[in-house]
Amino acid sequence: MANEILLDVRNLVLHFATTRGPVQAVDGVDFQLDYNKAVVILGESGCGKSSLAKAILRLLPRNVQTYSGEIRLAGKDVMVLGEDEFRQNVRWAAISLVPQAAMNALNPVLRVGEQVAEPAMIHLGMKKEDALQLALKMFQHVGVPADFISRYPFELSGGMRQRVAIAMALVTSPSLIVLDEPTSALDLLTQANIFNVLKRIKKELGTSFILITHDIATSSELADNVAVMYAGQIVETGEASKFFPAPLHPYSQKLMASVPRLRANQDPDFITGQPPSLVNLPGGCRFAERCPLRFEKCTQDPPVIEKEGRKVRCWKYA
Amino acid sequence: MNTFKKNVREILRYPSAIIGSVVILILIGVAIYAVIAIPYQKAITLWRGGEDVWYRNPKYAAPEWIDWLSTKKQPRSFYINSTTGKMDKVVTPNGDGTTGINITYTFNYTADYFPQEMSLYFTDKFDQKQPFVTIDWLTPDGRKLRIDNFAVDTQQTFRFSQDMNLVNSLGGTNPMEALFTGIDSKNVVKGTYKVVVTGITFEPNSDISAEFVLHGTVFGLAGTDHMRRDLMVALLWGVPIALIFGLAAALGTSVLTMIIAAFGAWYGGWLDELIQRITEVNLVLPFLSILIMIGTFYSRSIWVILGATIALSIFTGAIKGYRAIFLQVRESMYIEAARAYGASDMRIVFQYLIPRMIPLLIPGLVSSVPSFVFLEASLAVLGLGDPVLPTWGKIIDDAWANGALYKGYYYWILEPAVLLMLTGLAFALLGFALDRIFNPRLRGM
Amino acid sequence: MANEKSKKKTIAVREVADNVLLSVQSLRVWFELRRFGFGIVGHVHAVDGLNFDLHQGEAIAVVGESGCGKTSLMKTILGLYKPTEGHVVFEHKNLSDMGRKGLRWYRGQVGYVQQDPFGALPPFMSVRRILEEPLIIGGVKSKEERLKRIHKVMEEVKLFPVDDFLNKFPHMLSGGQQQRVVIARAMILEPKMIVADEPVSMLDASVRVEILKLLRGLQATHNLSFIYITHDLSTVRYFSERIFVMYAGKLVEKAPMEAVLKNPQHPYTLALLTATSDPDANNARSYKEVPPGEPPSLVKPPTGCRFHPRCARMIKGECDVEEPPEFETEPGHITACWLYK
Repeated sequence: MANEILLDVRNLVLHFATTRGPVQAVDGVDFQLDYNKAVVILGESGCGKSSLAKAILRLLPRNVQTYSGEIRLAGKDVMVLGEDEFRQNVRWAAISLVPQAAMNALNPVLRVGEQVAEPAMIHLGMKKEDALQLALKMFQHVGVPADFISRYPFELSGGMRQRVAIAMALVTSPSLIVLDEPTSALDLLTQANIFNVLKRIKKELGTSFILITHDIATSSELADNVAVMYAGQIVETGEASKFFPAPLHPYSQKLMASVPRLRANQDPDFITGQPPSLVNLPGGCRFAERCPLRFEKCTQDPPVIEKEGRKVRCWKYA
Repeated sequence: MNTFKKNVREILRYPSAIIGSVVILILIGVAIYAVIAIPYQKAITLWRGGEDVWYRNPKYAAPEWIDWLSTKKQPRSFYINSTTGKMDKVVTPNGDGTTGINITYTFNYTADYFPQEMSLYFTDKFDQKQPFVTIDWLTPDGRKLRIDNFAVDTQQTFRFSQDMNLVNSLGGTNPMEALFTGIDSKNVVKGTYKVVVTGITFEPNSDISAEFVLHGTVFGLAGTDHMRRDLMVALLWGVPIALIFGLAAALGTSVLTMIIAAFGAWYGGWLDELIQRITEVNLVLPFLSILIMIGTFYSRSIWVILGATIALSIFTGAIKGYRAIFLQVRESMYIEAARAYGASDMRIVFQYLIPRMIPLLIPGLVSSVPSFVFLEASLAVLGLGDPVLPTWGKIIDDAWANGALYKGYYYWILEPAVLLMLTGLAFALLGFALDRIFNPRLRGM
Repeated sequence: MANEKSKKKTIAVREVADNVLLSVQSLRVWFELRRFGFGIVGHVHAVDGLNFDLHQGEAIAVVGESGCGKTSLMKTILGLYKPTEGHVVFEHKNLSDMGRKGLRWYRGQVGYVQQDPFGALPPFMSVRRILEEPLIIGGVKSKEERLKRIHKVMEEVKLFPVDDFLNKFPHMLSGGQQQRVVIARAMILEPKMIVADEPVSMLDASVRVEILKLLRGLQATHNLSFIYITHDLSTVRYFSERIFVMYAGKLVEKAPMEAVLKNPQHPYTLALLTATSDPDANNARSYKEVPPGEPPSLVKPPTGCRFHPRCARMIKGECDVEEPPEFETEPGHITACWLYK
C-alpha cells in the first residue's frame, strides 16, 4: 500500500491552561504520512513536539483548553470518535507510542514479557499464553534474547529496556508508531543498534513511523520525510533527500548549519537568542526575531507556500 | 523580594490562607495591645490578685454581653466613690465639737435580677473616738429602710448581705432580694435607689469616707473567676503567651531538627547513625510524662517548659523526613561543583543544603504551631502551668478546679477554649495553604 | 563517597617533562562493593591503568560510552576521588601529597564545567552569589575585588548587560545562559585547566555550537588546557587536538584528532565513528554495522582485551587471554590492540 496516505493531520491545535496563561503548544499543525514511511518531526526544546505526540494519541493532561483539528487515519477522522472508541480502536491498536524515557516507564514489578503481552491481551483479546508467544515474536523483531521474557526491568540494560518498549508498541501490529526521543538517553552504539531495529521493522513489517527528536544527525537514519517544528507550528516539510542537503526555511537552514559534522569540513553556525515562550507568542512570523532574512512582511503571519512538493511557511518564498 | 511578592500572591489565591492570615494578624495585634495596655509587671500583679486588687468585682460573674442572649437584663457591677460623681458628701459642723457627715450614693437599677452583693468600704480618719454611722436605704417607690448603724474603724468593710442585723430585720430573707423587691416581693423594682450614710465624728480632724460597691451578676467583657479576677486580663495576656510559646517552640524545633538532619545527611557515617538511634529512642520516650516530671520536680517556669519541649521535640520523625530530602539534595550537581571549587563541609551544610530546605520548612513550621499552643494549655490544665503567668490554660485549669461546668459557669471554660481553637485553626489553615504552595505536588487538591 | 586506598602508591612517580601540565600515571580508581554481612565482595574497576600527559594549552577529548569510567577519571582529576593506585601529577606536584592547603590551591587551578546547566547552579542563589562563592572560598577578601573579577568573567562569557544578569536567579535564564554562568564560575579563579563533562549535551542544537565556540575562544585567550569529556564524536572534531578513546576503564586509543578520524585503528573507535551519523538522507537506506552487546561490567571485566567479546576481529587465543599493551602505529598515534603487534 505504498504511496497512499496513512495519516493526514490538519490544523491540529492543543492549548493548555496554566496560571501564566494558555500554552499554545500545538498551534495549527498540518502534515501527512504515507504507508510504510517515516516522518521525522525536528525541533528543539520548547517547540511543542512532545505535545504533538500526545495530541496525536489523545493523551491529554487535565488542563487542556483547546483540542481541535482533524486526524485522518486511513481516511477516517479519529478526532470525532468518543473516548472509549478511541481507546479501543485507535490508541495502541492502530497508533502506538514509545514515549520519552520509555525505558524508565516500564513497570518495575512486572516481568518484561508480561508487559509486552499486556497490550495484546487488552486490544486483541488474547489469552495470556498466546499473548506471551506473541511477545516472544516481538522480542525477535527487536533483538531481545528469548530468555529475557521472564526478567524484570531492573535486570536489563538501558538499551534492552528501550527495545522492550518498542516491542510493547509493536505487539498489536499498529500501522503507525510514534517515537518521542527514543534514543536520547542511550549510548552511541546502542543508539545505532536501536535504529537498525527500527529500520528492520519498517522493512519487514511495513510499519510507519513518526519520529520526534531534536537530534538532527541521527534523525536522518530513519527519515523519509522531514517536518521542522518551531514555536508550535510546522515551518517546513519535505522529502529527506531534498531537505538535508538544502533546507528552505531560514530556521531549518540555521539549524542544519549548526550541526557539527564528523565527515565534512564545515564551520558550524549557531542561532542567537531563544525561541519564543509558548505562552506569549508574538504576532506575525514567530521566527522573525531571530531570522537573518527578515523584512517588513514578516510582521504578518506567513502563508504556507508549496515548492516542488515541499512546503515552507515563509514570506521569502511567496 | 520578587519571589516574596510572588509567594504572597500565591497565598492570596487560597481563601483558607486569607482567613488564617487575617486571624493571625488580628491575634498579633491583640498581643501587642495586651503587652502595651497591661505591662508585664502589672499583669503579674493583677493576676496574683487579692482582695485589695479585685474587690470591686463579683465572683463567678458572666460577661456583660450575655444580656444579648436573653430578654432579661442582668445587673451590672459598679462602684461609687468620691471620684465617680454620684456620691454626695455634705459635711456639717454641729458646733459642739461634733461634725455631721452625710454621704448619699445614688444609682439607677434597671436589671431584672438581684445583685450578688453590695458593700461599703469605709476609710475613716480619727484619733481615738470612732465615728458613728447610720445607713439607710431609699427605694424608688418611696420606702425607707434602716440598714444598720455602728461605729466605724479606719478601714472597715460593710457587706449588706452578711450583716446579721439587716438579715434579721428583713425577716431572714436574703437582703439582696428583699432590698430590691416591692410590696409584692417577687419582681425587681426598677428605678433610682439611694444609700444614705449619716455619720457623726467626734474629733475635729476626723473624716468618714466610703466606697459603695455593687456586685452584679455580670462583669466586663469576659466575666470573672473565683478570685474576682477580670478574665480579660488572662484572655488578653494569653494571646502573646500562646503566640510566643507556639512560635518559639515551632521555630526552635523546626530549625534545630533541620540542622541536625543536614549534618547527619551530609557527614554520614557514625554521626548519621548516632542521630538515627537517638531519634528512635526519643520516639518512644513518653513526652508528656517527662514534662510532668520536670514540672513537678524542677521548675514550672514557662521558659523551662519551653526549653524542655523543644529539646524533646527535636529528634522526632521529622528528622527522617528532612534527612531523606537532604540525601537527595546532597547528590545535586551544584553540591558537587561546590566541592570542586573547595567549599568546606560546614559551608556546604549551612550555605547550600539548608537554604534549599527553608521553603519546605515553612509549612511544617506553621502547621506545628497549634500543637505547641495546645501543649501549653494542656500542661496548665494538668497543674503544670507557669505559676505566675496568666494564660488560657491557667483559666481552664482554674475553671475546672472550681467546678465551672458543674456550677453552670460555661463562659469560664468556653472563652479560653474558643480562643485556643481559633488560634489553632488560623495556623492550621495557613499551614495547609502554605503546604500546597511550597509543595507543588499537592497543588490543585 | 571517596573510595578506599587499599593498594596505595606502590608505583614510583615518573619524571614529568616541563611543558606537561597534568600527568596521569598508571591510574587506578577502584570502588569497593560491600554486601551487608559479607564485607568487601569485589571492586568496581572504574579506571584501570590509565596513562597520559596533558600539555599547557592543549585540549584533549575523552570519548567513551556510559560506564567506561570517564566520569570517575574526571572526578579523580578534580580531586573529588582519591586514586586507588597510581598518580595524578599537576605542575610537578603529586595530588596525593597535597595537604589541605595544597588541595585548596589545586582546586583554584582546575575549573569544572558540568553537564546539566540548571542542576549545576544552586537555585536559591543569584548569579552574583554563585560567582562570588569560589572567590570567597578562595580567600579573596575585598568585596570590590570580587565584584571586579565577577564583571570581568561575565564579560568574557558574553553575558551582557552584566548588571542585569547578576541579580537574576538560575530559573530565569535560558539553558545557554545558564551554561555560560557555569563556565564563568569555572573560570573565575583563573584556572590553568578546565574539565568539561558533556558541557553541551543538554543544550539545544542551535546553542551548542555557540557554547563550544565560547569555550574554544576562552582556551585560546588564556592558553588553557582542556579535558573535554563526551560521547558525541561530531563535536570532538571541532574542539580538540587529541582524542582519547576510553572503554571499560582503559584507554584503547590515543591520537591527534585528524589521525583518529582518518585512520582509526582500534575496532571500538571504528565502531564509534560508524555509529556517529551526519545528517545525510542516505543513512536511512542502509544498516549500520556496529558491534552487538553492551559495555561490560566493571566488576568482573572480561579477561584479556576487554572489548574482545564484541569485537569482529578478535584473535582467538590472544585477545581473550592477555591484555594488549600500547602500540605506537604512527608518531603520536597509540592503540592498545593485538592487531597492531
